[in-house]
Amino acid sequence: MSADDIDGTERRLLQSIVEVARHMFGAAASSIFLVDPDTGDLVFEAVSGEGEKQLVGSRFPMGTGIAGWVAVSGQPMVADDVSTVSQFAQDAAESTGYVPRTIMAAPLIRFEECVGVLEVLDRTASRSELDDMEMLGLFATQAACGLELLLRVRRNRQEVEHPDPRELLRRIGERLPGRAGRRDAAVVRLLAIASDLLDH
Amino acid sequence: MTPTSTPPPWRREARAHFPGVPAWGLATTREAPESFDVSPLAEVTREWAWGGSDGSGVRVCVVDTGVEGAHPRIGGLERAVEVVREQDGGLVLADCEPVDPTGHGTACASVIKSVAPGVSITSVRVLTDGKAGTGDALLAGLAWAIDEGYDLVNLSLSTTRSGFREALHELTDRAYFRRCLLIAAAHNMPVLSFPWMFSSVVSVASHDEADSMTYYYNPAPPAEFHARGVKVPVAWPGGREIRSTGNSFAAPHIAGICALILSKHPFLTPFQLKTVLYLAADNTTRPHGETHVR
Repeated sequence: MSADDIDGTERRLLQSIVEVARHMFGAAASSIFLVDPDTGDLVFEAVSGEGEKQLVGSRFPMGTGIAGWVAVSGQPMVADDVSTVSQFAQDAAESTGYVPRTIMAAPLIRFEECVGVLEVLDRTASRSELDDMEMLGLFATQAACGLELLLRVRRNRQEVEHPDPRELLRRIGERLPGRAGRRDAAVVRLLAIASDLLDH
Repeated sequence: MTPTSTPPPWRREARAHFPGVPAWGLATTREAPESFDVSPLAEVTREWAWGGSDGSGVRVCVVDTGVEGAHPRIGGLERAVEVVREQDGGLVLADCEPVDPTGHGTACASVIKSVAPGVSITSVRVLTDGKAGTGDALLAGLAWAIDEGYDLVNLSLSTTRSGFREALHELTDRAYFRRCLLIAAAHNMPVLSFPWMFSSVVSVASHDEADSMTYYYNPAPPAEFHARGVKVPVAWPGGREIRSTGNSFAAPHIAGICALILSKHPFLTPFQLKTVLYLAADNTTRPHGETHVR
């Protein structure tokens, strides 16, 4: 599989997640943020419905507003009557270019960690708030599984094609101590040769 | 209940225990059991439990994202602290401004105040950024609250990281024995998280009725009680109010009710308090307060 294929699949998956989320709830818009593992920022990845598509790629600091709470707590949440609250209007306008009346958000959890947030703005096809939150949570779990699989494929490929030398050394270092076998001795000799090569 | 100079037995320094010192037995034939204050449980009705109470004298700690102390629905805090990460990676608690960048802690505190306006609230901010993770800051903040002797701790958050499970277990047991009752929100998704699933805490999920004093005992735990958690009017930073849904807002209803009870019956132990909650729940009482018998 080429690099372009995986990127294309990830894009389509992200877009599909927001499209389905929006249609499930007859919502005005749905958007998805992923957590940047290096900075902790929320990165705006895709939007369906109302909103500014050109904002895809922009970043927001973690820990502010509804999406921030969902990301740090790993919990879904529903907030109503937010249009009167200027902070939300501002947040929402910044994130999607659309000012909602209600926001519903659920975390994308991979193993034990929140890797993103799925938001649904102004839903109309609502059964009840508890059911809505439950359903969004279930769907977010499925979406996170899809993203996880893609991430694994990407990581495996990166490791085969361009191993990160520091990561490689760290992993070798972790497995070396405590094993005084012949194979370890051979590994140490190989590392010594590598060090010699770098010296000259 | 303000800490006094002579700590009650349950707030004493934990004694050392190792082979060679006496164990936990008490030879009542030669030594009388120590005397202590008791809140006896007579006929428990809602009126008995919290009639006339406003939560005065009860100290509640909200372990969350911070609390906006100046919000009219909060009306000031006893204290505001936050978990700070030091350069060596260690965590310390430091006094901070009574602010809340996320809004969640303010919302929870306002629910407690709406039920028990007389309580004194302290905020411990443990959720600051996602990078730090929730586990170790939660642990540090919770340990602080337990050691500071708060009567009740509202915990509308949990960690999904199983690595913290054992440490949290020890901490919640410690709280239980020190008469610090933890009221913890059940996770809103069917994932494993802690410490709300432990039996030493009072765990709360949502019902969808619009009454703040209606709550149910759940005979099929782990969530032991159901309290108001749908479209709850809550305070939001900037002096505002929104309606919000989630177990996060159900837990502070029970925390508020616990404060009402504890204010009237200050020597209830955590297990007695949970029993009173059980006996006064809407599905265990009849209209006149007598307990249901099936």
